[in-house]
Amino acid sequence: MNIFGPMWLSIQLAFFTTAILLVIGTPIAWWLSQTRARLKPAVQAIVAMPIVLPPTVLGFYLLILLGPDGAIGSWWVQLTGSALTFSFTGLVVASCIYSLPFAVQPMQNAFESLPRKYLERAWTLGASRLDAFFTIAAPLSLRGFISGIVLSFAHTLGEFGVVLMVGGNIPGETRVISIAIYDHVESLNYAAAHRMSLLLVGFAFVVLVTMFVLNRRWGER
Amino acid sequence: MIRLRHKLRKENFALDVDVEVPDTGITGIFGESGSGKTTLLRCIAGLEQGDGLPVHKRNVGYVFQEPGLFPHLSVRGNIEYGARRARTHRVESVPVVEMLGIGNLLDRKPDSLSGGEAQRVAIAAALLRSPDLVLMDEPLASLDRKRKDELLPYFDRLHDELSVPVVYVSHDIEEISRLCDHLVLLEGGKVAASGNLFDVVSRVDMPVLSGRNAGVVLWATPMDHEDGLTRFDFGDGNIWVPGTFEKRGNPLRLRIAASDVSIARDRPTSSTILNILRATIDEVHAVNTATALVRLGVGNQSLLAQVTNRSVSRLELRPGDQVFAQIKSVTVRH
Repeated sequence: MNIFGPMWLSIQLAFFTTAILLVIGTPIAWWLSQTRARLKPAVQAIVAMPIVLPPTVLGFYLLILLGPDGAIGSWWVQLTGSALTFSFTGLVVASCIYSLPFAVQPMQNAFESLPRKYLERAWTLGASRLDAFFTIAAPLSLRGFISGIVLSFAHTLGEFGVVLMVGGNIPGETRVISIAIYDHVESLNYAAAHRMSLLLVGFAFVVLVTMFVLNRRWGER
Repeated sequence: MIRLRHKLRKENFALDVDVEVPDTGITGIFGESGSGKTTLLRCIAGLEQGDGLPVHKRNVGYVFQEPGLFPHLSVRGNIEYGARRARTHRVESVPVVEMLGIGNLLDRKPDSLSGGEAQRVAIAAALLRSPDLVLMDEPLASLDRKRKDELLPYFDRLHDELSVPVVYVSHDIEEISRLCDHLVLLEGGKVAASGNLFDVVSRVDMPVLSGRNAGVVLWATPMDHEDGLTRFDFGDGNIWVPGTFEKRGNPLRLRIAASDVSIARDRPTSSTILNILRATIDEVHAVNTATALVRLGVGNQSLLAQVTNRSVSRLELRPGDQVFAQIKSVTVRH
């Protein structure tokens, strides 16, 4: 029994999810941190929803949405000829929604604590909004980015319910480590479950320690 | 001339300014807190919402009350930030760095600078953007007296050596009197007066220029030294000031506060006051029920005296009368 296959699949899933979340989560976090729009609480609630909803509820709706008859799923079938559900791509899409708050919230907090005077100074020194974001806001919010990256990576890695609902249990495609562990326990193969669980515990510990060390280093600057 | 024309409505404040200021030298904006000084500067820079061109396209340098240097960049990185984004490079880096005395700070990080050093770096950054106009919002207000005195000479140099026009907001009339050439008075978001500094400060009818803020500025040249005093000549008169000021032939600015000037009908013969000048009353204006401001002509210059209304009626002071002005103290711009 290969314990590294599911682990590798989980890492790939977490990597793609985190990369995509960095791209779409940053503008959302920035908008939330700067806006005074009345819409803000609603958008915040939608972003935070995956934290409070049971993964099964989220997975259920995603299954319908991403399925061949669903709004996104049918469009995807037209575009590529294959279904989103029970595929790796579908898992990435689902994970992006599932882990969205874990990327957005730390970044939003970092952006909100950024003193406005830095931005105003940058503008008066000739920087456009985008320029000021990349040269001033982003470097001064590194802690937020690191927390967002680590948390969404780790959270995707530990995902179970949504994967089970949307991805099922296809080796090499959707059989991520949490599913594999569940499988082993179901079939009373405790030794294999132990090995995989220990691997995950060790990995999570190393990742979190790295994050806290990095955060401390950036904090001291 | 530069035309400043800005309108802005906020919850309980409205700014409505339309005024022309010279395109050289330093223009002071003076007014009580809440009169809209900072709001006016922010409107000029485009930092308040609602009028047109985005901030980064306006080509104005802004020096904020707090230096606000970028903490992740070195001093060099901070002053180059604006220079790299400047459309023209009319202002050279080396003379500005030298003028502000920050050459030995370039490799330091902002958090290791004192408040005065940080503000000098912020000024350099704003100047190296090669702006068409520099806006300064109480750049000395966040500093204590000692740091302020350290920084003021740099502003004097800025005033003497810089060709870019500056709009300088302050609530400190001494700062304004020392640095500015032109003065705009703001009251409740509107321009109450605008003109040459020397003319505006000698007005008696401006509520914001009463009490501690009342006083004139005049040019006078140090001519003689005696008993640790310096004789300053101006127009038709002279004033003795404690201290030894170099006789370089060029006039210096003196500020004489209205509260330091009193009026006598006859020349006092036994007084500790050194400077007693023959003067003519130009205007008497009651500021409130108790006090009045009197503008006195001394040759071609003006003095202000703050006196009580009781004294005005007891001495029967009227425009055209010949009196004696007694000057208790004078502030000199070194």
